Amino acid sequence: MSAFFELSGVTKNFGGVQAVSNMTFSLEKGELAGLMGPNGAGKTTVFNLVTGVYDPDEGSILFKGDNLVPLKTYQVTARGVARTFQNLRLFQRSTVLENVMTAAQHHVPYSFIEGITHLGRWRSGEKAIRDKSMALLERVGLADRAEQAAGTLPYGHQRRLEIARALALDPELLLLDEPAAGMNAEEVTSLNVLIREIHRDFSLTTLVIEHHMDLVMEICPHIICMNFGAKIAEGTPEEIQNHPEVLKAYLGEEEDE
Amino acid sequence: MSGYTEGILILLCINAIAAMGVSLLTGFTGIFSLGHAAYMALGAYTTAILTVQHGVHWLPAILLGGVVAVAVAYFIGVPTLKLMGDYYAIASIGLGEAIRLILENWQSVTRGARGYPGIDPYTTLPVALAFFVVLAVFMFNIINSRFGRACKACRDDYIASSLLGFHTARIRVLSLMISAFYCGVSGALLGGFLSFIQPVMFDMLKSTELTAVVVFGGLGSMSGSLLGTAVITLVTELFRPISQYRMLIYGAVLVVIMVLRPEGIMGNREFVSWVKAPFRRRA
Repeated sequence: MSAFFELSGVTKNFGGVQAVSNMTFSLEKGELAGLMGPNGAGKTTVFNLVTGVYDPDEGSILFKGDNLVPLKTYQVTARGVARTFQNLRLFQRSTVLENVMTAAQHHVPYSFIEGITHLGRWRSGEKAIRDKSMALLERVGLADRAEQAAGTLPYGHQRRLEIARALALDPELLLLDEPAAGMNAEEVTSLNVLIREIHRDFSLTTLVIEHHMDLVMEICPHIICMNFGAKIAEGTPEEIQNHPEVLKAYLGEEEDE
Repeated sequence: MSGYTEGILILLCINAIAAMGVSLLTGFTGIFSLGHAAYMALGAYTTAILTVQHGVHWLPAILLGGVVAVAVAYFIGVPTLKLMGDYYAIASIGLGEAIRLILENWQSVTRGARGYPGIDPYTTLPVALAFFVVLAVFMFNIINSRFGRACKACRDDYIASSLLGFHTARIRVLSLMISAFYCGVSGALLGGFLSFIQPVMFDMLKSTELTAVVVFGGLGSMSGSLLGTAVITLVTELFRPISQYRMLIYGAVLVVIMVLRPEGIMGNREFVSWVKAPFRRRA
């Protein structure tokens, strides 16, 4: 039996730069894992390879037994993989609610004709989309801001909105790209709680990118650490903490003459 | 009602139908086109040929005019809508001109540059108004449905929307097809209004005007596009007595709007939200 989610030998070159090289790791269903590494280690590129933004040069990415490599981005999403973005990609001009509704509408079918005429299942369909979106906003604590334009939200709230929008896709695998970036300590603490709660309540398999060591250590029992595009360590927080390669990547090499 | 007023109202309906089509494509899907007059031409010629030469009733002929525009839009859209941003706008100029030149040179079918005379004047005010009302209801429904949100998502962030599970290329083509239908019907009605059509009526100037009206009204506002159409159509009519200065005034109005309200008259809001806004709970 193969793992729930598995990368094996994934390699991606940009010109002469090897952004990701021979990346291999696997997640079991229901795991909350962290992908950490210094800036520029290739973490986001891994997400882009998984979601089909880039095609890997080599290797395979298996999700529930299917190879994701040949699939287009929207097909990967349809299989149950959702992600957030390091540099927020919200629909700035739309309201907070519309942002979530845009993602929530996939699983509520009404036909194009019903959409044009506003007959048939349109009313019940739109209501279902709206209710589901409001429930998710409630979950991440943004329900009172539903009618506000997404671009006018404070930064920390925009990150929460991205999480709500990703959840609206009913994913089985959730990829969070630096969800704590640009947040203050207080916001990070409540975000950690949120990530753990949604992971449990939505029975997700979650992979979190983070370059702050302490944050990943706190919430993820399984950590993959990479540097210069390659995996340098994998294991529990304790194992990672004491791993010589990790210390080297984060603290620099000891200079002995 | 005098014949003149009636004429202006019919023209308003015709222009508004085309503007709604372009508004969906440009304002809501974020695709700039400078060749949409070609779809009007396709609708106009199809309807003219069907009614005059084949004795088809004008109502199915108008709808078929729209369908032909949709079919052509599909074949044009599938390969060209892979082009993003300004590249598609440039391609659309070429495509629009190509269609116009084909109509101009395909003498045996279209009677060429001299134009196509003797079209039944089927576009009376009730007909134009009925088409406008029905198509407007459909259009406002579209933008308030799943498809409308999908269009806006593709407009605002192409990558994010594809990662939210949208087949973005298909949505862009579908948006182009719907806008082509609106322009095709609009062209068909124009033929029945003037009883005479000519390829030169559907040149790049007309295409630019269609897009200008939408930008003028506000990208992402359907009611803004309607308002823009009303203003431009009336300004053009108002200054008919000094017709040699018309294009000058038309240009001046556009410049004034660009300076005073670069986001267009309505921005991206609709009339309804404007009226409702004071009553809404402030978050």
